[in-house]
Amino acid sequence: MNPLAIVGRFFLAFLAAIGKLACFAGDAVWHCLVPPLYLRLVGRQMLAIGFYSLPVVGLTALFTGAVLALQIYIGSSRFNAESAVATIVVIGLTRELGPVLGGLMVGGRVGAAMAAELGTMRVTEQIDALITLRTDPLNYLVVPRLIAATLTMPLLVLVADIVGVFGGYMVAIHRLDFNAASYLKNTFEYLETMDVVSGLVKAAVFGFIIALMGCYHGFNSSGGAQGVGRATTNAVVSSLILILVANYIVTELFFAG
Amino acid sequence: MSETPKLQLSDVHKSFGRKVVLAGVDLTVARGESLVVIGGSGTGKSVMIKCVLGLLKPERGSIRVDGEETIGLSGGRRRDYLAKFGMLFQSAALFDSLKVWENVAFALIEGADMAREAAREVALEKLRRVGLGPEVAELDPAELSGGMRKRVGLARAIATEPEIIFFDEPTTGLDPIMGDVINRLIVECVRDLGATTLTITHDMASARTIAHKVAMLHQGRIVWHGPAAAIDQSGNPFVDQFIHGRAEGPIAMEL
Ligand SMILES: Nc1ncnc2c1ncn2[C@@H]1O[C@H](COP(=O)(O)OP(=O)(O)OP(=O)(O)O)[C@@H](O)[C@H]1O
Ligand SMILES: [Mg+2]
Repeated sequence: MNPLAIVGRFFLAFLAAIGKLACFAGDAVWHCLVPPLYLRLVGRQMLAIGFYSLPVVGLTALFTGAVLALQIYIGSSRFNAESAVATIVVIGLTRELGPVLGGLMVGGRVGAAMAAELGTMRVTEQIDALITLRTDPLNYLVVPRLIAATLTMPLLVLVADIVGVFGGYMVAIHRLDFNAASYLKNTFEYLETMDVVSGLVKAAVFGFIIALMGCYHGFNSSGGAQGVGRATTNAVVSSLILILVANYIVTELFFAG
Repeated sequence: MSETPKLQLSDVHKSFGRKVVLAGVDLTVARGESLVVIGGSGTGKSVMIKCVLGLLKPERGSIRVDGEETIGLSGGRRRDYLAKFGMLFQSAALFDSLKVWENVAFALIEGADMAREAAREVALEKLRRVGLGPEVAELDPAELSGGMRKRVGLARAIATEPEIIFFDEPTTGLDPIMGDVINRLIVECVRDLGATTLTITHDMASARTIAHKVAMLHQGRIVWHGPAAAIDQSGNPFVDQFIHGRAEGPIAMEL
Protein backbone atom coordinates (compact mmCIF):
# COMPACT_ATOMS: atom_id res chain seq x y z
CA MET A 1 0.00 0.00 0.00
CA ASN A 2 1.10 3.51 -0.78
CA PRO A 3 2.66 5.00 2.38
CA LEU A 4 1.46 8.43 1.35
CA ALA A 5 -2.09 7.15 1.29
CA ILE A 6 -1.71 5.78 4.82
CA VAL A 7 -0.39 9.09 6.11
CA GLY A 8 -3.17 10.90 4.28
CA ARG A 9 -5.83 8.64 5.72
CA PHE A 10 -4.58 9.16 9.26
CA PHE A 11 -4.44 12.89 8.75
CA LEU A 12 -8.00 12.98 7.42
CA ALA A 13 -9.24 10.81 10.29
CA PHE A 14 -7.50 13.17 12.69
CA LEU A 15 -9.15 16.22 11.14
CA ALA A 16 -12.52 14.48 11.19
CA ALA A 17 -12.11 13.70 14.89
CA ILE A 18 -11.22 17.34 15.65
CA GLY A 19 -14.21 18.54 13.65
CA LYS A 20 -16.55 16.18 15.47
CA LEU A 21 -15.24 17.27 18.84
CA ALA A 22 -15.56 20.95 17.89
CA CYS A 23 -19.17 20.43 16.79
CA PHE A 24 -19.96 18.62 20.03
CA ALA A 25 -18.32 21.39 22.07
CA GLY A 26 -20.21 24.09 20.21
CA ASP A 27 -23.49 22.24 20.61
CA ALA A 28 -22.86 21.65 24.29
CA VAL A 29 -21.98 25.29 25.00
CA TRP A 30 -25.01 26.45 23.03
CA HIS A 31 -27.21 24.18 25.14
CA CYS A 32 -25.82 25.83 28.29
CA LEU A 33 -27.70 28.93 27.15
CA VAL A 34 -30.92 27.19 26.11
CA PRO A 35 -33.39 26.25 28.82
CA PRO A 36 -34.16 24.07 30.64
CA LEU A 37 -31.24 24.23 33.03
CA TYR A 38 -31.39 21.37 35.54
CA LEU A 39 -30.08 23.14 38.65
CA ARG A 40 -30.56 20.09 40.82
CA LEU A 41 -28.27 18.09 38.54
CA VAL A 42 -25.71 20.91 38.49
CA GLY A 43 -25.69 20.76 42.29
CA ARG A 44 -25.30 17.01 42.33
CA GLN A 45 -22.40 17.19 39.87
CA MET A 46 -20.69 19.94 41.87
CA LEU A 47 -20.81 17.66 44.86
CA ALA A 48 -19.48 14.70 42.88
CA ILE A 49 -16.73 16.71 41.20
CA GLY A 50 -15.79 19.16 43.93
CA PHE A 51 -16.48 17.72 47.32
CA TYR A 52 -15.45 14.15 46.62
CA SER A 53 -12.26 15.26 44.87
CA LEU A 54 -11.13 17.24 47.92
CA PRO A 55 -9.12 14.40 49.53
CA VAL A 56 -7.27 13.56 46.33
CA VAL A 57 -6.54 17.14 45.40
CA GLY A 58 -5.72 18.08 49.00
CA LEU A 59 -3.21 15.27 49.45
CA THR A 60 -1.63 16.01 46.09
CA ALA A 61 -1.20 19.68 47.01
CA LEU A 62 0.06 18.94 50.53
CA PHE A 63 2.92 16.75 49.39
CA THR A 64 3.69 18.88 46.37
CA GLY A 65 4.03 21.96 48.59
CA ALA A 66 6.23 19.98 50.97
CA VAL A 67 8.57 18.63 48.34
CA LEU A 68 8.72 22.00 46.63
CA ALA A 69 9.98 23.60 49.84
CA LEU A 70 12.71 20.98 50.18
CA GLN A 71 13.92 21.19 46.60
CA ILE A 72 13.88 24.96 46.42
CA TYR A 73 15.75 25.11 49.71
CA ILE A 74 18.47 22.89 48.26
CA GLY A 75 18.73 25.08 45.16
CA SER A 76 18.56 28.47 46.85
CA SER A 77 20.99 27.56 49.67
CA ARG A 78 23.71 27.17 47.02
CA PHE A 79 23.79 30.95 46.67
CA ASN A 80 22.48 31.94 50.10
CA ALA A 81 19.01 32.81 48.93
CA GLU A 82 17.08 30.63 51.42
CA SER A 83 14.77 33.53 52.17
CA ALA A 84 13.29 33.11 48.68
CA VAL A 85 11.90 29.63 49.50
CA ALA A 86 8.51 30.86 50.74
CA THR A 87 7.95 33.16 47.77
CA ILE A 88 8.93 30.60 45.16
CA VAL A 89 6.81 27.91 46.78
CA VAL A 90 3.68 30.03 46.79
CA ILE A 91 4.17 31.31 43.25
CA GLY A 92 4.97 27.85 41.93
CA LEU A 93 1.86 26.48 43.54
CA THR A 94 -0.64 29.17 42.61
CA ARG A 95 0.55 29.76 39.07
CA GLU A 96 1.42 26.27 37.99
CA LEU A 97 1.38 23.23 40.20
CA GLY A 98 -1.93 23.75 41.97
CA PRO A 99 -4.02 23.99 38.80
CA VAL A 100 -2.02 21.52 36.71
CA LEU A 101 -1.66 18.75 39.28
CA GLY A 102 -5.20 19.36 40.49
CA GLY A 103 -6.42 19.22 36.91
CA LEU A 104 -4.56 15.99 36.23
CA MET A 105 -5.91 14.32 39.37
CA VAL A 106 -9.49 15.46 38.77
CA GLY A 107 -9.14 14.56 35.10
CA GLY A 108 -8.28 11.00 36.05
CA ARG A 109 -10.98 10.73 38.65
CA VAL A 110 -13.89 12.67 37.23
CA GLY A 111 -13.20 12.33 33.51
CA ALA A 112 -13.19 8.56 33.83
CA ALA A 113 -16.36 8.52 35.89
CA MET A 114 -18.21 10.76 33.41
CA ALA A 115 -17.14 8.75 30.39
CA ALA A 116 -18.06 5.47 32.07
CA GLU A 117 -21.45 6.70 33.23
CA LEU A 118 -22.50 8.32 29.96
CA GLY A 119 -20.98 5.47 27.96
CA THR A 120 -23.02 2.93 29.90
CA MET A 121 -26.11 5.05 29.39
CA ARG A 122 -25.41 5.10 25.68
CA VAL A 123 -24.90 1.35 25.23
CA THR A 124 -27.86 0.42 27.45
CA GLU A 125 -30.12 2.73 25.40
CA GLN A 126 -30.76 5.06 28.34
CA ILE A 127 -29.83 8.06 26.19
CA ASP A 128 -32.34 6.91 23.56
CA ALA A 129 -34.90 6.53 26.33
CA LEU A 130 -34.22 10.11 27.47
CA ILE A 131 -34.96 11.36 23.97
CA THR A 132 -38.22 9.43 23.71
CA LEU A 133 -39.20 10.92 27.07
CA ARG A 134 -38.75 14.35 25.44
CA THR A 135 -35.65 15.34 27.35
CA ASP A 136 -32.63 16.64 25.48
CA PRO A 137 -29.66 14.55 26.64
CA LEU A 138 -27.34 17.51 26.11
CA ASN A 139 -29.35 19.60 28.54
CA TYR A 140 -29.93 16.77 30.98
CA LEU A 141 -26.51 15.09 30.99
CA VAL A 142 -23.83 17.26 29.42
CA VAL A 143 -24.70 20.82 30.46
CA PRO A 144 -24.80 20.11 34.22
CA ARG A 145 -21.42 18.39 34.03
CA LEU A 146 -19.82 21.19 32.01
CA ILE A 147 -21.14 23.94 34.26
CA ALA A 148 -20.35 22.08 37.46
CA ALA A 149 -16.79 21.23 36.41
CA THR A 150 -16.03 24.75 35.17
CA LEU A 151 -17.31 26.33 38.37
CA THR A 152 -15.91 23.80 40.81
CA MET A 153 -12.35 23.43 39.59
CA PRO A 154 -11.32 26.98 40.61
CA LEU A 155 -12.68 26.36 44.10
CA LEU A 156 -10.81 23.08 44.33
CA VAL A 157 -7.62 24.72 43.16
CA LEU A 158 -8.01 27.54 45.66
CA VAL A 159 -8.17 24.91 48.39
CA ALA A 160 -5.19 23.16 46.80
CA ASP A 161 -3.20 26.40 46.86
CA ILE A 162 -3.86 26.88 50.56
CA VAL A 163 -3.13 23.27 51.47
CA GLY A 164 0.02 23.33 49.32
CA VAL A 165 1.34 26.44 51.02
CA PHE A 166 0.60 24.79 54.33
CA GLY A 167 2.61 21.72 53.25
CA GLY A 168 5.56 23.89 52.35
CA TYR A 169 5.20 25.81 55.62
CA MET A 170 5.23 22.60 57.70
CA VAL A 171 8.42 21.39 56.05
CA ALA A 172 10.06 24.79 56.29
CA ILE A 173 9.28 25.17 60.00
CA HIS A 174 9.86 21.63 61.23
CA ARG A 175 12.45 20.34 58.86
CA LEU A 176 14.39 23.36 57.66
CA ASP A 177 14.19 25.45 60.87
CA PHE A 178 12.64 28.53 59.28
CA ASN A 179 11.07 31.10 61.54
CA ALA A 180 7.30 30.71 61.28
CA ALA A 181 6.44 34.42 61.22
CA SER A 182 9.02 35.39 58.65
CA TYR A 183 8.16 32.42 56.42
CA LEU A 184 4.52 33.51 56.36
CA LYS A 185 5.49 37.13 55.80
CA ASN A 186 7.66 36.11 52.82
CA THR A 187 4.84 33.96 51.49
CA PHE A 188 2.40 36.82 51.22
CA GLU A 189 4.62 39.87 50.79
CA TYR A 190 5.57 39.26 47.15
CA LEU A 191 2.45 37.38 46.11
CA GLU A 192 0.46 39.26 43.49
CA THR A 193 -3.24 38.95 42.75
CA MET A 194 -2.38 37.87 39.23
CA ASP A 195 -0.49 34.81 40.51
CA VAL A 196 -3.63 33.46 42.09
CA VAL A 197 -6.09 34.66 39.46
CA SER A 198 -4.16 33.18 36.54
CA GLY A 199 -4.14 29.84 38.36
CA LEU A 200 -7.87 29.97 38.94
CA VAL A 201 -8.55 30.84 35.30
CA LYS A 202 -6.48 27.85 34.31
CA ALA A 203 -8.48 25.72 36.71
CA ALA A 204 -11.76 26.76 35.09
CA VAL A 205 -10.38 25.96 31.65
CA PHE A 206 -9.17 22.57 32.85
CA GLY A 207 -12.54 21.83 34.44
CA PHE A 208 -14.24 22.57 31.13
CA ILE A 209 -11.80 20.33 29.28
CA ILE A 210 -12.28 17.45 31.72
CA ALA A 211 -16.07 17.52 31.51
CA LEU A 212 -16.06 18.05 27.76
CA MET A 213 -13.81 15.06 27.10
CA GLY A 214 -15.62 12.83 29.59
CA CYS A 215 -19.00 13.67 28.06
CA TYR A 216 -17.81 13.54 24.47
CA HIS A 217 -16.25 10.12 24.72
CA GLY A 218 -19.04 8.72 26.86
CA PHE A 219 -21.71 10.12 24.58
CA ASN A 220 -20.14 8.65 21.46
CA SER A 221 -19.23 5.26 22.84
CA SER A 222 -20.54 2.15 21.17
CA GLY A 223 -20.06 -1.57 21.35
CA GLY A 224 -20.90 -2.78 24.82
CA ALA A 225 -18.63 -3.01 27.85
CA GLN A 226 -15.50 -2.94 25.73
CA GLY A 227 -16.64 0.26 24.07
CA VAL A 228 -17.26 1.88 27.44
CA GLY A 229 -13.77 0.85 28.55
CA ARG A 230 -12.29 2.37 25.43
CA ALA A 231 -14.30 5.57 25.92
CA THR A 232 -13.06 5.87 29.50
CA THR A 233 -9.43 5.43 28.53
CA ASN A 234 -9.75 7.91 25.67
CA ALA A 235 -11.49 10.45 27.88
CA VAL A 236 -8.73 10.35 30.50
CA VAL A 237 -5.79 10.33 28.09
CA SER A 238 -7.18 13.09 25.89
CA SER A 239 -8.19 15.32 28.78
CA LEU A 240 -4.76 15.00 30.43
CA ILE A 241 -2.97 15.89 27.21
CA LEU A 242 -5.33 18.75 26.44
CA ILE A 243 -4.84 20.08 29.97
CA LEU A 244 -1.09 20.29 29.42
CA VAL A 245 -1.52 21.92 26.02
CA ALA A 246 -4.09 24.40 27.33
CA ASN A 247 -1.83 25.13 30.27
CA TYR A 248 0.88 26.32 27.92
CA ILE A 249 -1.54 28.41 25.88
CA VAL A 250 -3.12 30.10 28.90
CA THR A 251 0.30 30.75 30.40
CA GLU A 252 1.41 32.39 27.15
CA LEU A 253 -1.67 34.62 27.20
CA PHE A 254 -1.07 35.77 30.77
CA PHE A 255 2.65 36.10 30.14
CA ALA A 256 2.13 38.41 27.19
CA GLY A 257 -0.59 40.43 28.91
CA MET B 1 -61.36 7.35 0.92
CA SER B 2 -60.67 5.75 4.27
CA GLU B 3 -59.42 7.50 7.39
CA THR B 4 -55.71 8.52 7.38
CA PRO B 5 -53.66 5.82 9.05
CA LYS B 6 -52.18 6.62 12.47
CA LEU B 7 -48.79 5.43 11.38
CA GLN B 8 -47.58 4.83 7.87
CA LEU B 9 -44.15 3.72 6.72
CA SER B 10 -43.40 3.67 3.04
CA ASP B 11 -40.27 2.38 1.40
CA VAL B 12 -38.11 2.88 4.50
CA HIS B 13 -34.46 1.98 3.99
CA LYS B 14 -31.84 1.75 6.70
CA SER B 15 -28.35 0.29 6.59
CA PHE B 16 -25.37 0.29 8.90
CA GLY B 17 -22.26 0.64 6.78
CA ARG B 18 -22.61 -2.04 4.13
CA LYS B 19 -25.13 -4.05 6.14
CA VAL B 20 -28.65 -3.45 4.84
CA VAL B 21 -31.20 -3.87 7.62
CA LEU B 22 -34.38 -2.34 6.24
CA ALA B 23 -34.78 -2.60 2.47
CA GLY B 24 -38.05 -0.88 1.73
CA VAL B 25 -40.48 -1.41 4.59
CA ASP B 26 -44.12 -0.59 3.87
CA LEU B 27 -46.47 -0.77 6.79
CA THR B 28 -49.65 0.96 7.92
CA VAL B 29 -51.26 0.92 11.32
CA ALA B 30 -54.79 2.24 11.68
CA ARG B 31 -55.95 4.34 14.63
CA GLY B 32 -56.75 2.19 17.64
CA GLU B 33 -55.25 -0.88 16.08
CA SER B 34 -52.94 -3.35 17.77
CA LEU B 35 -50.30 -4.54 15.35
CA VAL B 36 -47.85 -7.29 16.21
CA VAL B 37 -44.62 -7.49 14.26
CA ILE B 38 -42.92 -10.86 14.14
CA GLY B 39 -39.70 -11.88 12.49
CA GLY B 40 -36.44 -13.67 13.16
CA SER B 41 -33.84 -12.37 15.53
CA GLY B 42 -31.77 -9.62 13.94
CA THR B 43 -34.17 -8.86 11.09
CA GLY B 44 -34.46 -5.23 12.11
CA LYS B 45 -37.67 -5.03 14.12
CA SER B 46 -36.11 -2.85 16.81
CA VAL B 47 -34.36 -0.75 14.16
CA MET B 48 -37.72 -0.15 12.49
CA ILE B 49 -39.33 1.37 15.57
CA LYS B 50 -36.20 3.39 16.34
CA CYS B 51 -36.55 4.89 12.87
CA VAL B 52 -40.13 5.90 13.64
CA LEU B 53 -39.01 7.56 16.88
CA GLY B 54 -36.23 9.38 15.06
CA LEU B 55 -33.51 7.69 17.12
CA LEU B 56 -32.12 6.35 13.85
CA LYS B 57 -32.34 8.19 10.58
CA PRO B 58 -33.46 6.16 7.58
CA GLU B 59 -31.60 6.81 4.32
CA ARG B 60 -34.76 6.75 2.26
CA GLY B 61 -38.49 6.54 2.56
CA SER B 62 -41.21 8.31 4.45
CA ILE B 63 -42.73 7.87 7.88
CA ARG B 64 -46.06 9.60 8.42
CA VAL B 65 -47.91 9.95 11.67
CA ASP B 66 -51.48 11.23 11.37
CA GLY B 67 -50.64 11.91 7.76
CA GLU B 68 -47.67 14.19 8.51
CA GLU B 69 -44.14 13.48 7.41
CA THR B 70 -41.91 13.05 10.45
CA ILE B 71 -38.44 12.29 9.11
CA GLY B 72 -36.12 15.20 9.79
CA LEU B 73 -38.18 16.90 12.50
CA SER B 74 -35.99 18.73 14.99
CA GLY B 75 -36.08 20.90 18.07
CA GLY B 76 -39.46 21.79 19.52
CA ARG B 77 -41.41 20.12 16.72
CA ARG B 78 -39.67 16.87 17.45
CA ARG B 79 -40.46 17.22 21.14
CA ASP B 80 -44.13 17.72 20.37
CA TYR B 81 -44.05 14.76 18.03
CA LEU B 82 -42.51 12.50 20.67
CA ALA B 83 -45.26 13.42 23.13
CA LYS B 84 -47.50 11.12 21.14
CA PHE B 85 -45.32 8.10 21.83
CA GLY B 86 -44.58 5.68 24.61
CA MET B 87 -41.77 3.21 24.17
CA LEU B 88 -40.78 0.07 26.00
CA PHE B 89 -37.20 -0.70 25.05
CA GLN B 90 -36.14 -4.29 24.57
CA SER B 91 -33.53 -3.81 27.30
CA ALA B 92 -35.97 -1.73 29.43
CA ALA B 93 -33.36 1.10 29.44
CA LEU B 94 -34.22 2.28 32.95
CA PHE B 95 -32.23 5.21 34.31
CA ASP B 96 -29.82 3.78 36.89
CA SER B 97 -29.43 7.07 38.69
CA LEU B 98 -33.14 7.38 39.50
CA LYS B 99 -35.43 5.36 41.71
CA VAL B 100 -38.06 3.10 40.17
CA TRP B 101 -40.93 5.53 40.67
CA GLU B 102 -38.87 8.45 39.35
CA ASN B 103 -38.24 6.40 36.23
CA VAL B 104 -41.95 5.81 35.74
CA ALA B 105 -42.81 9.44 36.48
CA PHE B 106 -39.96 10.86 34.38
CA ALA B 107 -42.04 12.07 31.45
CA LEU B 108 -44.62 13.56 33.81
CA ILE B 109 -42.09 15.52 35.85
CA GLU B 110 -39.66 16.59 33.12
CA GLY B 111 -41.99 16.62 30.12
CA ALA B 112 -45.37 17.62 31.50
CA ASP B 113 -44.17 19.73 34.48
CA MET B 114 -46.30 17.82 36.94
CA ALA B 115 -45.55 18.28 40.64
CA ARG B 116 -43.43 15.48 42.09
CA GLU B 117 -46.04 14.33 44.59
CA ALA B 118 -48.80 14.09 41.99
CA ALA B 119 -46.46 12.37 39.54
CA ARG B 120 -45.55 9.88 42.24
CA GLU B 121 -49.19 8.95 42.71
CA VAL B 122 -49.56 8.31 38.99
CA ALA B 123 -46.36 6.26 38.99
CA LEU B 124 -47.55 4.08 41.87
CA GLU B 125 -50.82 3.46 40.04
CA LYS B 126 -49.00 2.45 36.84
CA LEU B 127 -46.67 0.20 38.80
CA ARG B 128 -49.67 -1.48 40.39
CA ARG B 129 -51.07 -2.17 36.93
CA VAL B 130 -47.93 -4.05 35.93
CA GLY B 131 -48.07 -6.04 39.15
CA LEU B 132 -45.49 -4.16 41.23
CA GLY B 133 -46.26 -2.93 44.74
CA PRO B 134 -45.32 0.39 46.36
CA GLU B 135 -42.32 -1.23 48.10
CA VAL B 136 -40.67 -1.58 44.68
CA ALA B 137 -41.15 2.10 43.92
CA GLU B 138 -38.34 3.20 46.24
CA LEU B 139 -35.77 0.72 44.92
CA ASP B 140 -32.99 1.43 42.45
CA PRO B 141 -33.34 -0.26 39.05
CA ALA B 142 -30.16 -2.23 39.76
CA GLU B 143 -31.97 -4.02 42.58
CA LEU B 144 -34.63 -5.48 40.27
CA SER B 145 -34.81 -8.79 38.44
CA GLY B 146 -34.89 -8.81 34.64
CA GLY B 147 -38.65 -9.36 34.50
CA MET B 148 -39.27 -6.61 37.04
CA ARG B 149 -37.17 -4.18 35.01
CA LYS B 150 -39.23 -5.00 31.96
CA ARG B 151 -42.42 -4.26 33.84
CA VAL B 152 -41.07 -0.97 35.16
CA GLY B 153 -40.15 -0.09 31.56
CA LEU B 154 -43.72 -0.92 30.61
CA ALA B 155 -45.13 1.28 33.35
CA ARG B 156 -42.90 4.12 32.14
CA ALA B 157 -44.08 3.63 28.55
CA ILE B 158 -47.75 3.98 29.49
CA ALA B 159 -47.32 6.63 32.21
CA THR B 160 -48.35 9.57 30.03
CA GLU B 161 -51.14 7.59 28.32
CA PRO B 162 -49.68 8.28 24.87
CA GLU B 163 -51.51 7.86 21.58
CA ILE B 164 -49.04 5.40 20.11
CA ILE B 165 -47.20 2.84 22.19
CA PHE B 166 -44.33 0.62 21.06
CA PHE B 167 -43.62 -2.54 23.02
CA ASP B 168 -40.34 -4.21 22.13
CA GLU B 169 -40.67 -7.79 23.38
CA PRO B 170 -42.83 -6.99 26.42
CA THR B 171 -43.20 -10.57 27.65
CA THR B 172 -39.69 -11.88 27.04
CA GLY B 173 -38.20 -12.98 30.34
CA LEU B 174 -41.50 -13.07 32.21
CA ASP B 175 -43.12 -16.17 33.69
CA PRO B 176 -46.25 -17.35 31.80
CA ILE B 177 -48.69 -15.90 34.33
CA MET B 178 -47.06 -12.49 34.41
CA GLY B 179 -46.82 -12.72 30.64
CA ASP B 180 -50.57 -13.03 30.50
CA VAL B 181 -51.03 -10.09 32.89
CA ILE B 182 -48.94 -7.98 30.54
CA ASN B 183 -50.86 -9.19 27.49
CA ARG B 184 -54.09 -8.12 29.13
CA LEU B 185 -52.57 -4.78 30.03
CA ILE B 186 -51.69 -4.15 26.40
CA VAL B 187 -55.20 -5.14 25.35
CA GLU B 188 -56.57 -2.71 27.95
CA CYS B 189 -54.36 0.10 26.67
CA VAL B 190 -55.86 -0.33 23.24
CA ARG B 191 -59.43 -0.79 24.42
CA ASP B 192 -59.63 1.75 27.27
CA LEU B 193 -57.17 4.42 26.23
CA GLY B 194 -57.80 4.06 22.53
CA ALA B 195 -54.07 3.79 21.98
CA THR B 196 -52.50 2.51 18.79
CA THR B 197 -49.92 -0.11 19.64
CA LEU B 198 -47.11 -1.81 17.80
CA THR B 199 -45.73 -4.82 19.62
CA ILE B 200 -42.69 -6.84 18.71
CA THR B 201 -42.74 -10.36 20.03
CA HIS B 202 -41.46 -13.86 19.43
CA ASP B 203 -44.17 -15.28 21.64
CA MET B 204 -46.97 -16.51 19.37
CA ALA B 205 -49.40 -17.08 22.23
CA SER B 206 -48.96 -13.45 23.24
CA ALA B 207 -49.31 -12.34 19.61
CA ARG B 208 -52.62 -14.17 19.28
CA THR B 209 -53.96 -12.51 22.43
CA ILE B 210 -53.08 -8.91 21.65
CA ALA B 211 -52.99 -8.61 17.87
CA HIS B 212 -55.64 -7.26 15.57
CA LYS B 213 -53.17 -7.47 12.73
CA VAL B 214 -49.85 -9.23 12.31
CA ALA B 215 -46.95 -8.26 10.10
CA MET B 216 -43.89 -10.34 9.41
CA LEU B 217 -40.51 -8.76 8.72
CA HIS B 218 -37.96 -10.77 6.79
CA GLN B 219 -34.81 -9.63 4.99
CA GLY B 220 -35.68 -5.98 5.34
CA ARG B 221 -39.24 -6.15 4.03
CA ILE B 222 -42.71 -6.91 5.27
CA VAL B 223 -43.39 -10.29 3.70
CA TRP B 224 -46.87 -10.74 5.11
CA HIS B 225 -49.41 -8.40 6.69
CA GLY B 226 -52.89 -9.53 7.62
CA PRO B 227 -55.50 -10.00 10.30
CA ALA B 228 -54.42 -12.03 13.33
CA ALA B 229 -57.21 -14.56 12.76
CA ALA B 230 -55.84 -15.37 9.32
CA ILE B 231 -52.37 -16.19 10.50
CA ASP B 232 -52.86 -19.95 10.39
CA GLN B 233 -54.16 -19.82 6.83
CA SER B 234 -51.75 -17.19 5.57
CA GLY B 235 -50.47 -19.44 2.82
CA ASN B 236 -47.14 -17.68 3.29
CA PRO B 237 -44.25 -20.09 3.73
CA PHE B 238 -42.27 -17.63 5.90
CA VAL B 239 -45.16 -17.14 8.31
CA ASP B 240 -45.89 -20.87 8.43
CA GLN B 241 -42.31 -21.68 9.27
CA PHE B 242 -42.14 -18.95 11.90
CA ILE B 243 -45.34 -19.73 13.79
CA HIS B 244 -44.56 -23.43 13.88
CA GLY B 245 -40.96 -22.80 14.82
CA ARG B 246 -39.50 -25.16 12.27
CA ALA B 247 -35.81 -25.18 11.44
CA GLU B 248 -36.47 -26.22 7.82
CA GLY B 249 -38.11 -23.86 5.39
CA PRO B 250 -37.50 -20.74 3.35
CA ILE B 251 -35.99 -18.84 6.30
CA ALA B 252 -32.46 -20.20 6.40
CA MET B 253 -30.81 -19.65 9.75
CA GLU B 254 -27.28 -18.42 9.32
CA LEU B 255 -25.30 -20.71 11.55
N1 LIG C 1 -26.44 0.82 16.12
C1 LIG C 1 -26.22 -0.20 15.27
N2 LIG C 1 -25.06 -0.25 14.58
C2 LIG C 1 -24.81 -1.24 13.71
N3 LIG C 1 -25.66 -2.26 13.46
C3 LIG C 1 -26.83 -2.27 14.11
C4 LIG C 1 -27.17 -1.24 15.06
N4 LIG C 1 -28.39 -1.51 15.56
C5 LIG C 1 -28.79 -2.65 14.96
N5 LIG C 1 -27.85 -3.11 14.09
C6 LIG C 1 -27.97 -4.29 13.24
O1 LIG C 1 -29.26 -4.30 12.68
C7 LIG C 1 -29.78 -5.60 12.67
C8 LIG C 1 -31.18 -5.60 13.23
O2 LIG C 1 -31.13 -5.30 14.61
P1 LIG C 1 -32.43 -5.24 15.50
O3 LIG C 1 -32.00 -4.91 16.88
O4 LIG C 1 -33.43 -4.37 14.86
O5 LIG C 1 -32.94 -6.75 15.44
P2 LIG C 1 -34.30 -7.31 15.99
O6 LIG C 1 -35.12 -7.68 14.80
O7 LIG C 1 -34.90 -6.38 16.96
O8 LIG C 1 -33.81 -8.65 16.69
P3 LIG C 1 -34.24 -9.26 18.11
O9 LIG C 1 -35.50 -9.97 17.87
O10 LIG C 1 -33.13 -10.20 18.41
O11 LIG C 1 -34.36 -8.13 19.06
C9 LIG C 1 -28.84 -6.49 13.44
O12 LIG C 1 -28.22 -7.35 12.53
C10 LIG C 1 -27.85 -5.56 14.04
O13 LIG C 1 -26.57 -6.11 13.87
MG1 LIG D 1 -35.02 -6.25 18.94
